[in-house]
Amino acid sequence: MEHRITLPLSADFDMLQIKAGDKVLLSGTVFTARDAAHKKLVELLDAGRALPVDLRGAAVYYTGPTPAKPCEPIGSCGPTTSYRMDCYTPRLLDLGLAVMIGKGPRGKEAVDSMVRNGAIYLAATGGAGALFQACVTSCEVVAFGELGAEALMRLEVSDMPLICAVDARGASLYNKP
Amino acid sequence: MRNVDSGAITLAVKELFLESCIHPDPGLRPLLCGALVNETSGIARDILSQLVKNIELAGSRALPLCQDTGMAVVFLDIGQGVHIKGAWLADAVNEGVRQAYQEGFFRKSVLTALSRKNTGDNTPAVLHTQIIPGETIKISVAPKGFGSENMSRVFMLTPADGKQGVIEKVVETVRLAGGNPCPPVVLGVGVGGTFELAALNAKRALLRPLGEPSEDAQLAAMERELLERINALGIGPMGLGGNTTALAVHILEHPTHIAGLPVAVNVQCHCVRHAERTI
Repeated sequence: MEHRITLPLSADFDMLQIKAGDKVLLSGTVFTARDAAHKKLVELLDAGRALPVDLRGAAVYYTGPTPAKPCEPIGSCGPTTSYRMDCYTPRLLDLGLAVMIGKGPRGKEAVDSMVRNGAIYLAATGGAGALFQACVTSCEVVAFGELGAEALMRLEVSDMPLICAVDARGASLYNKP
Repeated sequence: MRNVDSGAITLAVKELFLESCIHPDPGLRPLLCGALVNETSGIARDILSQLVKNIELAGSRALPLCQDTGMAVVFLDIGQGVHIKGAWLADAVNEGVRQAYQEGFFRKSVLTALSRKNTGDNTPAVLHTQIIPGETIKISVAPKGFGSENMSRVFMLTPADGKQGVIEKVVETVRLAGGNPCPPVVLGVGVGGTFELAALNAKRALLRPLGEPSEDAQLAAMERELLERINALGIGPMGLGGNTTALAVHILEHPTHIAGLPVAVNVQCHCVRHAERTI
C-alpha cells in the first residue's frame, strides 16, 4: 500500500489506515530535531514553558543537515538513529506529535506511547543524504539556532520517500527478521 | 633523507576529505547493484535502489553522501627517511580538516565530550601515525559517522574461545546492532594484539578497498564465512528485513599474548568513505 500524506495532519486524519510496511510519500511541513533539540524541548516542558512549535498533528524528522551550499535550501539531510530520542519521545507524543521520521528500531516505551497517542514512525533510508536534500524546498531555523546543525528547523518537503516502520497499532517491521 | 613541507600534508588531507565525503569507495556501487539482484525483499530492493541513486546524486551535485560527515580519522604512515618541515604535524592535519569541512559545506560534528561544546570546525582529527621504511608519507583519511561507530565493540576473549568465539562475537555485534548502524554494513575486525591494537586494526581494516579479500587465504575464508552468517540474520537494509545485512567483512590479524584473544569490531555503515594518497 502507498499513501501520499501532507503535513500537518488534520484532526480527523485516520492514522490507522497506515500500516507497518506501507510506503509513504510525505509532503508539507516537517520540523527537524535531534539529540540536543529534544533535550531543550523537554527542559522547556519541565520548566512549565511553551514550546516554540505546535506539535499537534506535526512531524519531527531526526536529522542534522550539512550546511546549505549557496542557492540551495539545505545541505544533505538523511535521518539519524532514532533510539537516542526514545527517552524524550513519550513527552512529545503526549502533546500531539503525530509522525516521527528517522532510522532504526524504537524502544518499547516509545512504541507504547505511539499506540496510546495514535502516532506513527516512518523510516527514512539512512545515509541517503543527497536523496533527501532533493526533497526539501525550504528550510528555516525556528528555535535553538545556537545548536547549529542540531537546531529546530522548519522544512517544507515534497514527496519524501518513506516506509512506515512502526504503525499506530504498534506493529513493527523491526520485529520480524 | 627527504624534506616534506607540512603544507603539502595540509593540502592532501583537505583534498582527501573533500573527495571522500562525496565519493564513496568505488567498490560500493557494484556491491550494492549486486545485492539488488540477489535481494528477495521488496522494501530492501527499494532501499538499495535509493542508495545507488544517492551515490549518483551526491557525485553529480557535489553534495555529501550522508549528512553525518563524520569525525575526521587520519592515518599517516611516515617513511623513516622523511623530515617534516614547517608546522607541527598535528596542526598541519587539523588545518587540512578545517579547510575541507569549511569549503565542502560539511557538517561540523565534533564537540567536547562532557560539556558538549562544538569546536566549530570539526577538529581535532583522530590521528594515527606509524613509522614505515622509505621516504614517502602515505595519507589515509576516513570520515567516520557515529550511527555505526556507536555500534562497535571490543571483546577480550580467552584462548579457549578460539576462532569460533571470534566468529560468534562478530555475528552477535551485528545482530545486536540491528537497524541502527545503517545496514548494509561493512565490518572491520581486528583480531589479536592488545586491547587498543585490536580496536585500531579494526579501524585500519576498513581502509582496505571494498571488495578485496584478505591476502591471507585463511582470513579470506573466515571473511566469507562471516559474511554468509551475517546475511542469514535477516536484518536487511536499514533493519527492515532482507538478506543484505553486510556487504563485506575485512579482518586484520596481529600476534597476541598466550593468555588472550582480543577482538574488536568496528561497524561501518554502507557509506564506505575513505581516500588515500602517497606524497
